[in-house]
Amino acid sequence: MIGARIKTAHALALLLGLAALPATAQDLLIRNATVHTASARGSLSNADVLVRGGVIQAVGSGLAAPAGVAVVEAEGRPLTPALFGGITEIGIEEVSGEESTVDSTLTLGEQPLRPEFDVTLAYNPASILVPVARVEGIGFTALGAHTGGGFIAGQGGVIRLDGSADPIGPRALYLRLGSAAAELTGKSRAAQWMLLQQAVDEAHGRLGSDSPHALLTPAGRRTLADYLAGKGRIIIEVDRASDIRQLLRWSAREKVKIAIAGGAEAWQLAPELAQARVPVFVDALGNLPTTFDQIGATLENAARLRKAGVEVSFTQSGDASHNARKVRQLAGNAVAHGLPWADGLAGLTRVPAQALGVGDRIGSIEPGKLADLVLWEGDPLDVAHYAEQVWLGGRAMPMRSRQTELRDRYLPRTAQP
Amino acid sequence: MYNLLRAGIGLALLSLAAAPATGASRFIQDPYPSTYQPRSSEAVLIHNATVLTGTGQRLDDADVLLRDGKVVEVGRALQAGSEVRRIDAHGRWVTPGLIDVHSHLGVYPSPGVSAHSDGNEMTAPVTANVWAEHSVWPQDPGFAEALAGGVTSMQVLPGSANLVGGRGVVLKNVPTTTYQAMKFPGAPWGLKMACGENPKRVYGGKGTAPGTRMGNVAGYRAAFIDASDYIAKNTAKPAKRKRWFGGDKEDSSGDSGGKRDLKLDTLAGAIQGDIRVHIHCYRADEMATMLDLADEFGFRIAAFHHGVEAYKLADRLAQEGVCGALWADWWGFKMEAFDGIQENIALVDRPANSCAIVHSDSPEGIQRLNQEAAKVIAAARRADMPAIAPERAITWMTANAAKALGIEGKTGTLEAGKNADVVVWNGNPFSSYALADQVFIDGHQYYDRADPRSKPVSDFRLGQEVR
Repeated sequence: MIGARIKTAHALALLLGLAALPATAQDLLIRNATVHTASARGSLSNADVLVRGGVIQAVGSGLAAPAGVAVVEAEGRPLTPALFGGITEIGIEEVSGEESTVDSTLTLGEQPLRPEFDVTLAYNPASILVPVARVEGIGFTALGAHTGGGFIAGQGGVIRLDGSADPIGPRALYLRLGSAAAELTGKSRAAQWMLLQQAVDEAHGRLGSDSPHALLTPAGRRTLADYLAGKGRIIIEVDRASDIRQLLRWSAREKVKIAIAGGAEAWQLAPELAQARVPVFVDALGNLPTTFDQIGATLENAARLRKAGVEVSFTQSGDASHNARKVRQLAGNAVAHGLPWADGLAGLTRVPAQALGVGDRIGSIEPGKLADLVLWEGDPLDVAHYAEQVWLGGRAMPMRSRQTELRDRYLPRTAQP
Repeated sequence: MYNLLRAGIGLALLSLAAAPATGASRFIQDPYPSTYQPRSSEAVLIHNATVLTGTGQRLDDADVLLRDGKVVEVGRALQAGSEVRRIDAHGRWVTPGLIDVHSHLGVYPSPGVSAHSDGNEMTAPVTANVWAEHSVWPQDPGFAEALAGGVTSMQVLPGSANLVGGRGVVLKNVPTTTYQAMKFPGAPWGLKMACGENPKRVYGGKGTAPGTRMGNVAGYRAAFIDASDYIAKNTAKPAKRKRWFGGDKEDSSGDSGGKRDLKLDTLAGAIQGDIRVHIHCYRADEMATMLDLADEFGFRIAAFHHGVEAYKLADRLAQEGVCGALWADWWGFKMEAFDGIQENIALVDRPANSCAIVHSDSPEGIQRLNQEAAKVIAAARRADMPAIAPERAITWMTANAAKALGIEGKTGTLEAGKNADVVVWNGNPFSSYALADQVFIDGHQYYDRADPRSKPVSDFRLGQEVR
């Protein structure tokens, strides 16, 4: 059984490797898959997906292959939208411990609050982290600005891991609240609201830009004003329930679109978050009181939030970039702790795409969406299975990375038992 | 009062109070002995399970009989009296209790506040004198979460800031007030050493040695030269010709010479093989250097930890009987982790006489060692390597881990006479959906997923439990 699958995988790789097809080939019929659409249509057995020009044209059964269109026989295996890798620094850091390779964090001594800072300008599509994540079925990520000198970290955007250089969709503004940012706000989380309110006042022109107390540059005021006007989502890293409560009051007052990342205690405010339509990017493996902001951490966070109607996605607090592939494990474990499977998959596809403002293009298998697809060897939420083939914009991605190169260099060198 | 006295004059009373094993070297006397007592346990028959014995065997529709804290029998259709509690494990899997050879629970506990930062004695590059057990906070909520992940024993190590970080301790994962009551009876200590970036960064950053990898090696060598000298001074000389007017001044054990040096005691114990050497080392070339260092000073390396490049040296590790205690997928967070691959454990496992281990180094990872192994099985399949069977993969976190820690005679497999450290899983453990249903330590059931109240609640959690 396993041997047969491997042979299938290899045949697939041969058929679809870049060498075998022109790089521009973006037409494709995937036949007889279990298609998890991550849309209202749910999961479809024995279904076909037709891709023309890199875009999904049809999803159904018995679709005919137009002349010249490559056909992939899925033999019932799962097909999903390409997965969300979480909020990461893929392409804006290469080796976390080497500062010369890290561009995700701004630390300016003078005037540390720079919402205009935009990490997507540093994005390097040639980063080796891109294929390492991609061969695991990760198709897009939210590049996040990391808190460095100020609790307003700066902006990021959505990157598709197809080698393209530029983000798609709107930017998001990243903010951190709670004890993790207190060092940057006069050693009190209370000051975060004081400073945020002043920044808002400045963005609204209620404090002269020449004031000696000004926190923001003119560019920073314009940027923050855009977000206050609803032109992008503000993503706030925050864990403690009391901070989330303050945040909900603030966002209601300022009428801004927010999302929460981390949210260890978010489940305690699940109905309020659902009512305010605030999506939460959960670190679904967090169950320890790692800090005093996370006393209420539980593996049931995702399930409890979803049950109350909150849109749930996933992100990691740890090694989010190099190990972005681990996001599948988060979803699987959330399912093991009560989240319905379909919501686990949606949290890696449709939900983050919509929350990040790119749901019209990616995140589900529907006609008109980009053909960012993954054919799996088994259940995509179970780490016991792997991605067999990834297509982005209908193009078969080479299932290779620097890690598979290393593997294949050393695999024959060690003795067989 | 007894304890106070003993603490106050411990050195003077050492040989009395510590009650070392007969013939034990003075380097490994234990003034802080285990007070662990197995809790009462009823006889249990787990029946109709898929059993992974930890010896490389898989038994379907099999039973496991536990009595008096021990595994009595594993096999099909076992007979047991009506007084024996029966657990219907149809559709479920049974494995030995999991063992993590690399944990910092208790020494870097949750919450990770500054007052709890007790894992690295970052005041000198060689601190072989410190013992991790003296930093262990038994109220770390992480212990109970690891228990729910099936972990019944673990080695708690000092961190990797130092060339020689100190002694590690093997603990049973039981809720207690003192670490001594967790201390695995009879388990040897570990000696934590570290290669590469961490020591040179920590000390080079302070303008002191080591500031380079060559400085690292010079530091280990200087320490072991001192330890070798110490052993020589503490070893009985060949008996001198007895004179009629005087007795033999050498004592019978030969461990009599001079003032004790805690640092050199530990290093000497490592050279003599009584303390297991565990080395944090990422790069293959540095592991090879450490193997030479071990030869130079005549000690054995039990395991390289982290070893993200162990796959480049897999044959040699197997030949030399050195375990690789590894992650499934961590890489890239620093330069020496740049060459990590997901097949590392599978490649280290492949040669004959290999000893591959899944370790955590993480309060999250220790809760799902089984899932780490599942990733490796999948990665190996993807690479078209021979299929890794569950009965093989389970050894990575049971028998092999026990071997590295020197407790393989007591735990790590489901064999008659072994401690009844057992996990009943809700299914195949190598899955994102696997959960430990029941966890036994020495036959006592410490965790039952069906009864949330059975999970130990640390004092820290009281009044702020998550329900």
